[in-house]
Amino acid sequence: MTERAHLAVIGAGPAGLAASVAAAAGGVRVTLLDAAPEAGGQFYRQPAAELRARRPQALHHQWRTWERLREGLRTHVQSGSVRHLTEHHVWCVERNDDGFTVHALLGPEQEEPAEVRADAVLLATGGYEKVLPFPGWTLPGVVTAGGAQAMLKGALAVSGRTAVVAGTGPLLLPVATGLAAAGVDVSALVESASPKSFVRRSRALAAQPGKVAEGAGYAARLLRHRVRLLAGHTIVEAHGTERLEAVTAAALDGAGRVRPGSERRIPCDTLAVGHGMLPHTDLAETLGCGLDGLAVHVDDEQRTDVPGVWAAGETTGIGGAALSLAEGHIAGRSAAARLTGTEPGPGTWAAADRVRTRLRTFFAALDSVYAPPAHWTEQITDDTVVCRCEEVTGGAVREAVAELGAGDPRTVKLLTRAGMGWCQGRMCGPAVAGLAGCGLTPSRRPFARPVPLGVLARAGELDHQ
Amino acid sequence: MRSPLELVGAQPGPAFTVTLDGREIEALPGQTVAAALWAAGVTSWRGTRGQGRPRGVFCGIGVCFDCLVTVNDRPNQRACLVPLHPGDAIRTQEGTGHDD
Repeated sequence: MTERAHLAVIGAGPAGLAASVAAAAGGVRVTLLDAAPEAGGQFYRQPAAELRARRPQALHHQWRTWERLREGLRTHVQSGSVRHLTEHHVWCVERNDDGFTVHALLGPEQEEPAEVRADAVLLATGGYEKVLPFPGWTLPGVVTAGGAQAMLKGALAVSGRTAVVAGTGPLLLPVATGLAAAGVDVSALVESASPKSFVRRSRALAAQPGKVAEGAGYAARLLRHRVRLLAGHTIVEAHGTERLEAVTAAALDGAGRVRPGSERRIPCDTLAVGHGMLPHTDLAETLGCGLDGLAVHVDDEQRTDVPGVWAAGETTGIGGAALSLAEGHIAGRSAAARLTGTEPGPGTWAAADRVRTRLRTFFAALDSVYAPPAHWTEQITDDTVVCRCEEVTGGAVREAVAELGAGDPRTVKLLTRAGMGWCQGRMCGPAVAGLAGCGLTPSRRPFARPVPLGVLARAGELDHQ
Repeated sequence: MRSPLELVGAQPGPAFTVTLDGREIEALPGQTVAAALWAAGVTSWRGTRGQGRPRGVFCGIGVCFDCLVTVNDRPNQRACLVPLHPGDAIRTQEGTGHDD
């Protein structure tokens, strides 16, 4: 065969872009598939082209890195070494005798199929947000923190005039400052981590001067926009009938319980809430890749334990855009070397390797600082809807656990339908696991998104023609 | 109030008209259904199957399926993903979207 080896990269966020550029530079042919109309992923999500934004960087951080990535992609697309397939929603990657078939659905309609054959696959599928329920979290106006940011960056849209940003994690800072810059009155940033826990981990965090400066930059912006920071606080309820009208925030005690009498009501029409990120691992799991906890297991070269499958970015563990770039670069270099029959030398990605080690340590420290309140399940009342799709309440889940003996999310699902709806448990999974008294485990979904039956019936037919 | 469009210096083409349950609302080229509805002050456009409770955007990236809406008679479209075109007819959706 004279044709160059072909690598399919799934996901055009920081990891997938870095991987595509590195692999193309290393001499392999790359097909980059992504669900969005433009490259960027969630972190570098771009406004729709027709909105003709002259200063999209006003909503972004590390814009110069994005310009370099975009230019790298453009160069390789023009030379023909990278094919960028936008609006391709990948629902399954299938391993065949002689390579892989990537199955996708086209466009926002997601009805028509497309298939891409490749010699190897690189999964850069990113992550999605974890949100823990509380009374009122299903009211219109309550959105995920990442959702508020996606609507702002991609659609230049906000859902109201007065917002509270709440939950835990590093994402809350850019969401609060982004909304404020876009003209929303951000009344408060409610973070459940206490200032004390930051002090306890200060040595590990201070080892990252760049990241500390980034944090200080956000702090200055919060001040400038007069956003009140309520650390060691949590949202106990969202109020409203047809839509959000206010939230109640309360202080947490040392044990992570709501301090009685500390409740305060904050009027707002928007609540952007999130409790951290979870890796998207559906495609990897269907391929048979092993996991470490909730993330795809990879070796030093970002190889999964399935031959021919690499993974990089949040899918291999949550760690932010800079770590995703380093991992993507290493994965792309490794894939290019292996697919062209060469052993990557020890110095092939030394700089990226140092960044990767440093940032993994940093995010492990961050992870121990940012945490939902220890007793968050106590805030789920019996009439709080936990599974948003199937409208299963906290009371129904508790009954399945306490009276019917369910000890894990799967049994709860069989007894209550929690996790059986449209989102396939992505939204309620962490809450159901918490109420069942066990840790969140991977869900093993055979397909990464809903697939029309007709598409499923015809899948693979192209191979047999 | 400063708007996100002003913040990034957006210069979209002329606004066009779509309808929400027959009522005319304006949309900009490039806006999704969800963005246009938010801009029109609408935050819910679906009643749930069980309790008929109002829902709109939640995850904003196509994962949660809370923002389902009927567009041009096709039910269960994710409002956060689907772009609008002149003349599109958006309808709020009750239950499964197949009842009416």
